[in-house]
Amino acid sequence: MRSAIHLASAAFALAALSFGAAQLAAAADTPDPVADAMAFQKYFTTKFPKLKLEDFVNGPYSMNEDMHRQWEEKEQFPPYDFALDAGKEMFSKPFKNGKSYADCFPNKGIGIRQNYPYFDEKEGKVVTLELALNRCREANGEAPFSYVKDEMAALTAYMAFTSRGKPFDIKIPNDPRALEAYENGKRYFYTRRGQLNFSCASCHVQSGGERIRAEVLAPALGILNAMPIYRSEWGGMGTISRRFMTCNSQTRGVPLNPQDDEYRDLEYYLSYVSNGLPISGPGARP
Amino acid sequence: MASTIRVRAISSGETTEVQALIQHPMDSGFVKDAKGELIPPHFIQQLTFEYDGKSVFVADWGPAVSKDPYVKFSFKGGKKGDDLKISWVDNKGATDTTTAKIQ
Amino acid sequence: MIRMSTLSLASLLLIAGATSVLAAGSEADFKAAYAAAEAANKEAAGLRNQWTTTAAALAAAKKAADSGDFDQAVAFSKEAEALAQASVFQSKTEKEAWKALEIR
Repeated sequence: MRSAIHLASAAFALAALSFGAAQLAAAADTPDPVADAMAFQKYFTTKFPKLKLEDFVNGPYSMNEDMHRQWEEKEQFPPYDFALDAGKEMFSKPFKNGKSYADCFPNKGIGIRQNYPYFDEKEGKVVTLELALNRCREANGEAPFSYVKDEMAALTAYMAFTSRGKPFDIKIPNDPRALEAYENGKRYFYTRRGQLNFSCASCHVQSGGERIRAEVLAPALGILNAMPIYRSEWGGMGTISRRFMTCNSQTRGVPLNPQDDEYRDLEYYLSYVSNGLPISGPGARP
Repeated sequence: MASTIRVRAISSGETTEVQALIQHPMDSGFVKDAKGELIPPHFIQQLTFEYDGKSVFVADWGPAVSKDPYVKFSFKGGKKGDDLKISWVDNKGATDTTTAKIQ
Repeated sequence: MIRMSTLSLASLLLIAGATSVLAAGSEADFKAAYAAAEAANKEAAGLRNQWTTTAAALAAAKKAADSGDFDQAVAFSKEAEALAQASVFQSKTEKEAWKALEIR
């Protein structure tokens, strides 16, 4: 009996919600990433008026005094130092065929991280830095790295480091497929999933700066700027792929495969709306 | 092989502040691997900082210390340009040692 | 609001499932219940929204069946089916509901 009543009221609420949503949808028919990014940044700078735009790249460490002090101390002797050194070594070592990563990337791979992901018009899909690195390996006869283990984390740590301070500069070309990829990423970000029924936004938009159990949540603005991160919880480095997958499983959703379309599009969206914020990677997190 | 110990020692007035980051798995022996088997304990048991032939900081560690431990402390004394010697021994008998100049 | 409705849907299906369990618990019943749960979970996979708890319930059902406890196996299968259907319901409602969370 109770369940029936719950269902009925839920159905009513759903109807009301979809009616409201339909009105909103009609209003925002054509995607406008420029307006989205402005609104996105304004939302967070309004919510945290004491922060400068670049402070957001430190995520939870910018959310309260005590955490900020911890961050300052950590920066004196960052735990990602070992991975960074390993990454630099890996990056400079040539492949078996004599070529190297420098041959696959513009500017020899130095100082370019802020341009990723980009929309590849030939392929018609978003290409992330992690994906580009593995493609470089495979094109030169090397086995690809796991997207969630230490080697990929070390490589991307080094590449991020060479871009430190450079603002995110993600481009959406005038191509309907690029716009669609951007919209897919946005939709993924706001869609609830998993048995716990959270979307990325549930934690990182609605609850940025607040706690989930003992952790302080980072706001979504600038959340990828510090990647890859040495996460104390993991006792090691983690890539963007690893973080996306663990976020899924934390809401009790089965993770997708690394670099699946949804994840690539999600990274595209999240990076774009943080355009202008400086790359701070590699980073450290609790 | 590169040292596992990174250290910075800065002297100001009567004290010297020391920070060190040590690369070590610090396996507690309680964690299982992907196959469900226990990863054997592998952790630093003693960490020593020596200045002028005397120990200024000695740590007796166990499985509770996390991976890649970071240490920060101050000691009375220490002059710029002097040596600070750091060494550790782990439960497998492995050791590493390094000497840094106080800045 | 959405969360309440997915939970109540799951509990409704669970109650429906529980009554039929008391009636029978043969291997054939398990196979049918498991197949239904797998089908629903497959639909969730197509929607890119499987739940980890669905997978766990399916595994528990299989384990119970392997040890011959078909009553338990059917119960777990029904639970898996309910969870899978809830995940499909979640995907379908989120198709429009996500817009309410969007920063504009």
